[in-house]
Amino acid sequence: MSNDKTVKKSRLKLFLPLAFFLTFCILLYVGLFLEDKKELPSALLNDPVPEFSLPKLKQPNEIVTQETLKGQVYLLNVWGSWCPACKVEHPYLVKLAKRGVRIIGLSYKDEDADALRWLQRLEDPYTFNIVDKDGRLGVDLGVYGAPETFLVDKKGIIRYKHVGIVDQRVWVEVLKPKYGQLQKEVL
Amino acid sequence: MNPELGLFALILATCLALLQSVVPLVGSYTGRLRWMNAGRSLATGQFIFTLLSFSCLVYAFLADDFTVKYVASNSNSLLPAIYKVTATWGGHEGSLLLWILTLTGWGQVVAMRSGKLPPELSARVLSVLGMVSVGFLLFILLTSNPFERLLPFPPQDGADLNPLLQDLGMIVHPPMLYMGYVGFAVAFAFAIAALMGGQLDSAWARWARPWTTVAWAFLTAGIALGSWWAYYELGWGGWWFWDPVENASLMPWLAGTALMHSLAVTEKRGLFKSWTLLLAIATFSLSLFGTFLVRSGVLTSVHAFASDPMRGLFVLGYLMLVVGASLTLFAFKAPEIRSKITFNLLSRETLLLVNNVLLITSCATVLLGTMFPLLVDALDLGMVSVGPPYFNMLFVPMALMLAFALGIGIMLNWKKGTVSWLVQQLRWVFVVSALGGLAFGFMYGDSFVISEALGIGMVFWIVLVILKDIYNKTRNANGLFAGLKKLKPSYYGMQLAHFGLAVTFVGAAMSGGYSEQKDLRMNPGDIAELGEYAFRFDGVEQEHGPNYMANAGTLTVFKNQEKVATLHPEKRVYAVQGMPMTEAGIDAGLTRDLYVALGEPLGDDAWAVRLHIKPFVRFLWLGAIFMALGGLLAVSDKRYRVRLKKKAANKAAVAKGKARKGKTAVAGGRA
Repeated sequence: MSNDKTVKKSRLKLFLPLAFFLTFCILLYVGLFLEDKKELPSALLNDPVPEFSLPKLKQPNEIVTQETLKGQVYLLNVWGSWCPACKVEHPYLVKLAKRGVRIIGLSYKDEDADALRWLQRLEDPYTFNIVDKDGRLGVDLGVYGAPETFLVDKKGIIRYKHVGIVDQRVWVEVLKPKYGQLQKEVL
Repeated sequence: MNPELGLFALILATCLALLQSVVPLVGSYTGRLRWMNAGRSLATGQFIFTLLSFSCLVYAFLADDFTVKYVASNSNSLLPAIYKVTATWGGHEGSLLLWILTLTGWGQVVAMRSGKLPPELSARVLSVLGMVSVGFLLFILLTSNPFERLLPFPPQDGADLNPLLQDLGMIVHPPMLYMGYVGFAVAFAFAIAALMGGQLDSAWARWARPWTTVAWAFLTAGIALGSWWAYYELGWGGWWFWDPVENASLMPWLAGTALMHSLAVTEKRGLFKSWTLLLAIATFSLSLFGTFLVRSGVLTSVHAFASDPMRGLFVLGYLMLVVGASLTLFAFKAPEIRSKITFNLLSRETLLLVNNVLLITSCATVLLGTMFPLLVDALDLGMVSVGPPYFNMLFVPMALMLAFALGIGIMLNWKKGTVSWLVQQLRWVFVVSALGGLAFGFMYGDSFVISEALGIGMVFWIVLVILKDIYNKTRNANGLFAGLKKLKPSYYGMQLAHFGLAVTFVGAAMSGGYSEQKDLRMNPGDIAELGEYAFRFDGVEQEHGPNYMANAGTLTVFKNQEKVATLHPEKRVYAVQGMPMTEAGIDAGLTRDLYVALGEPLGDDAWAVRLHIKPFVRFLWLGAIFMALGGLLAVSDKRYRVRLKKKAANKAAVAKGKARKGKTAVAGGRA
């Protein structure tokens, strides 16, 4: 009798891998349809940039707050020298900056020295960089990973978020039309 | 016409795959030999039609047929011919076709060599392989047709191949990787067939082992190539980024390594049977999961070029079907193949179990790190990203523990050992390794780095244990040479692969701990010192490539006033995509790489230049080569061949032999 029970128990154990796998699949399924994770969750869309007070990368004495940034349309680009995809994205940002697009960088979970070396080695497309060393602002912004780019309007309201690399296609098809429209808005 | 031919061939291959997944299987349950044997010709047919289809796609690339959408978006008339061929697998559709070609290729080899297996087993193995390929063929036909036309208005020229992929490493990397990924499908098919038959003996393990080992060797080579490519092509001097797609290939490798060791126990001792089966399923599932990661865009990564949720959904459904069904089968059938042998706590079995636990834990660690952002996001706990520190913190200690267990495992005998004997055997090896590691840590470089000292200590440990073991095994023979001759290729293969691991450890520890780097602004004629080298910047010149413009720099490197190398780092801009690319200038040496990358022009002929000295970085890939060769050497062992030949002879007599003996001998040689 007791023997029977142990056999049953060990049989049940054999279903563990299956159970684990099915849970895993649910996760993947949810991940696949996570409310278009390339865009900002609708709850956060059209919210103002969260409050923060952080130093600039090149001028560590200057403190930037969400108020400092108001007045102009800009792209807030989250990057880190540790992120290979940012490296791929970088040249296109340089191109955009040369065309006069205002890009503000968020140096995300990075060592300042590494970030500075990166900017010195490659070109610096950023009007300036905000240092978010512990990723606190990143959490408030709902940053999923780097690179990510937020489009912020003149009133400091986030109007769009792009996860992943901004390249020619993303810019021309998605960001540029919105950017142009926001430029025309009056304060 | 050509693309339509390709598509038609692909559809025919799908039909054959469907038949292959049903007919031999039904035959194996009803005892119809002819149905079972049909699997082989179906596998061959499937392979030939897939090959034809693939050739059509290659031809479309070579002929610049921009009416084909896939060609138009991945090639350009200016692209050098060799890259036109490799552009075939430069995008999603084509790499999927390559995946299928590899799978049917493996199926073909299995069919050729299956004459020696019991007919039921070979029929079921081929059926399972057929099912696997049906899924992928449907995937490509329904969601990712590479032969789709852009008619009636084809573009004048193509959008060009991603410049990152216009490179030698990238030509060989995907086929190698796929050989590995898909090779595990064979091990998986063997496992499923064993579960269906409810039978698993050491003969089964002897059949399944070479396939697993060969697949593993290819995967090892493929991962090493990928890492090498990232090293020189991304221009960072790094060799592993813990990128989700890199992890996708590392996980099956870790599981596959565990499987290889567990199979050894199953063959030699008839133990760990259901565990081996589970590992075979897990390894292939992780290969499929890797495909899912890359193709679905569930995680963002450098490699995820095109992603599409519909495709992701298809792969996920497929994954659920294949893995879910296998695990269900496993849950019901595994009790039939329980092993009833016991072993001593201190024995090679235990150490191999430790090996498996460590490998599977590292695999789980990587899986968790890769999926964690998604998990947290899905549970709505906010958003998090996991960086390299997480992986390094957990992975490195486990690798060190694995190396330590490896030494003991090699030394111990099967069944049982005694502590006193083990201590007697290994105490000096241990002392020398510990002293060696410490001495190294203090003497090399400027400061003592604990992880590097441990790493080098483990290198001593592995190498010395291998030597000690060879000594133990040869000392009773008449002379060293006679003793060495007696040892089997599988033994040498094992030791070579383990030695390879030690070599890779050297590369990881040395390049990780003692690399030197400098970023500076250099004018022509400037000299910069780094380590014991002096780098002279000789300026930058414009050069024209076939489809790019390049700023090619020249640096001359001196050591003790003597010229040791001339380096040519380049900055390329590819015409069609306007994408800048860094080509590092590398002077490769066994003990150090001199690595130079060109940054941006800073005006007045001055450039930003990055100099690296990477000690022993080549050892990383050299070790991987040893590991892969070790795997191939182990497979060449006679014991996989002799018995098979005997079986082949019996089998040929029974099945009215279709002159398969000749083929067996040939294929056997390849084992």
